[in-house]
Amino acid sequence: MFKYLKQLTSLVAMVAVLFTFTTESMAAKKSKTLKNTQKKGFVRCGVSQGLPGFSNADAAGNWTGVDVDVCRAVAAAVLGDANKVKFTPLSAKERFTALTSGEIDILSRNTTWTLSRDADIGLTFVGVNFYDGQGFMVRKSSGITSVNQFKNGISACTNIGTTTELNMRDFFNSKGISYEPVAFEKADEVVAAYDSGRCDTYTTDKSGLAAQRTKMSNPDEHIVLPETISKEPLGPVVRQGDSVWEDIVRWSLNAMIEAEEYGITSANADSMKTSENPAIKRLVGAEGELGAAFGLDNEWSLRIIKQVGNYGESYKRNIADTGILPDRGPNQLWTKGGILYVPPAR
Amino acid sequence: MNFKLKDLGPQLITVIVVVLIFGFFTYNAQINMENRGIDFGYGFLSQESSFDVQFSLIEYDGSHSYFRAYLVGLLNTILVSVIGIIIATILGVIVGVARLSPNYLINKFAAYYVEFFRNIPLLLQIFFWYFAALRALPLPQDAEAIFGVFFLTIKGLYVPAFIWENFNIFFYSIVAAIIAIVVIRIHAKKLQESQGKQLPVFFISIGLIFILPLLSFLVGGVNLSFEIPKLKQLAATSYVYDGGLSLPPELIALTLSLSLYTATFIAECVRAGIQGVGKGQKEAAASIGLTPNQVLKLVIMPQALRIIIPPTTNQYLNLTKNSSLAAAIAYPDLVLVFAGTALMQTGKAIEIVSITMFTYLSLSISISILMNWYNKRIAIQEK
Repeated sequence: MFKYLKQLTSLVAMVAVLFTFTTESMAAKKSKTLKNTQKKGFVRCGVSQGLPGFSNADAAGNWTGVDVDVCRAVAAAVLGDANKVKFTPLSAKERFTALTSGEIDILSRNTTWTLSRDADIGLTFVGVNFYDGQGFMVRKSSGITSVNQFKNGISACTNIGTTTELNMRDFFNSKGISYEPVAFEKADEVVAAYDSGRCDTYTTDKSGLAAQRTKMSNPDEHIVLPETISKEPLGPVVRQGDSVWEDIVRWSLNAMIEAEEYGITSANADSMKTSENPAIKRLVGAEGELGAAFGLDNEWSLRIIKQVGNYGESYKRNIADTGILPDRGPNQLWTKGGILYVPPAR
Repeated sequence: MNFKLKDLGPQLITVIVVVLIFGFFTYNAQINMENRGIDFGYGFLSQESSFDVQFSLIEYDGSHSYFRAYLVGLLNTILVSVIGIIIATILGVIVGVARLSPNYLINKFAAYYVEFFRNIPLLLQIFFWYFAALRALPLPQDAEAIFGVFFLTIKGLYVPAFIWENFNIFFYSIVAAIIAIVVIRIHAKKLQESQGKQLPVFFISIGLIFILPLLSFLVGGVNLSFEIPKLKQLAATSYVYDGGLSLPPELIALTLSLSLYTATFIAECVRAGIQGVGKGQKEAAASIGLTPNQVLKLVIMPQALRIIIPPTTNQYLNLTKNSSLAAAIAYPDLVLVFAGTALMQTGKAIEIVSITMFTYLSLSISISILMNWYNKRIAIQEK
């Protein structure tokens, strides 16, 4: 029955496009999304239906994950409280419709930034909060240790409606291997099908593989192959056409990353106000008028750091400590050998 | 003039209201899409789809267009609907008749089957057959051959493929047999009407349909060989069958659940139809010396069919529409391939959903027209 509900949501979203009147406000200067969010008192955020480490709800309905933290950061900046977020779980298929139809205001759902998505369908990607790549999972007992051992006739389970499907085709074509794609709509069904032996391999983003492995009946029986077959920069997305809102989301994410760079944590943020470094003072709101640029007060970034933490804290809490990907890999600061590099907040 | 205006008025108003409503929706959607920066257009249909599909009746891979992907999905939907309708009809008739059987065991068995399967939501049944029943099947390397050539495994049912030589001659022999049967039937009917003679048409037909194709093998140079699926190793513990034909488990699970579910409703239609024919009809037919077979064929069935067909049409429509639940278990039907993957890759939600809706509408209307035509044919000819 849950299936019907999901289809209903996307239908409602579509009907919403058909029905809603558009009210062109004269004060277009101020962000419509920001105004609506402040009026409602919560940030409307689209997340996954359950991907440990990124966006996952516990039994009590509390959402955690690095994708969730982006929305919490925006809520802290805009509304002053990181908990004022309404999360909407979305399937890969319905996520963009939900955003473009106005059902949600931020899509933070391990979504790959690609040219066609950015340019074509009324979306704007604001940044990258996780550098990922597509990989393959196989059973240990199969003896496969590299994608070069794949043979004609291999069956691969995956999700529909993702870049995964396209990368998989490119990969197998370039290797000249014939394969059987078995594509499900929900991740749980992909895992169930692979786990039962329907498919020889399971392919999706490596972070996803690591997270889903924990859901298998016996996680130790499976390994993720070392090869990465694609670039998957995952990041939050907003509707096209509201540049103020776009800036708020972008700089909320950037503030978290820059805070880590300058060593500002949720614990020491207040004491950093007296720092000698002007870059740090700007980030904790002790200097400059950065918030005014997008209609916020000056302590917007201080609230993000105090309530959500910097990027490193978020990563550690959600991905490293949960055993999903203890090694930060490319998701390390540029100063420490990774590729996280954000423009300066000044 | 006044009379006509009174007649036309309400109709005219209806037309205007409908046009206005559609115009309003179109205009509104257009404005909203423009504001959100969404382009509208069907040009994407000719673009390269760049995704593969697991199971297709026509040649297809990612280098074909989105339109081709649409056809793949449509044909897969039609395939599962047609197989489902055939199995559901056969099963439904058997169970419907069984429910009227004086044999206590058969009667109760049929009744329990109907009550059980029609009262469980279809989606649950699909999940059951796919995840519980089919998952219990062996891995390819553990599968036992059925009759030495069929292999039922978790990766699907593998059957021998036919390899024909001179297939066209075999095909013509079947066509010839069918034409001959039609001619003989017409002749037999005339003979019965003019002289009262009865030819054993049924046996002649059976004979023809076997003998002519057989002759094509013996003298026509037709040859048939089989390609039996062979086990192939992919990795230490991973195997697959190579060669032959493979039916994916998704198709099997979907067909099974759709047929078992819909058959219960058809069974009830059949039971209602037969019970709807007056008892006196049967007794009167028997009293003029018709055999039990003739009673059923000439008296009961023609009347029962009139009651059975219209509600059964509804069940055919339901089955076709229910096949869209395929998306839950990865069977690449229209909804999964087109309204799923293609929609996601292009972001053309309004275009794709409208095409999909229109397609299901056309499918349903086609079935309706066909069944209405059949219903008219068997209806009482008023003279």
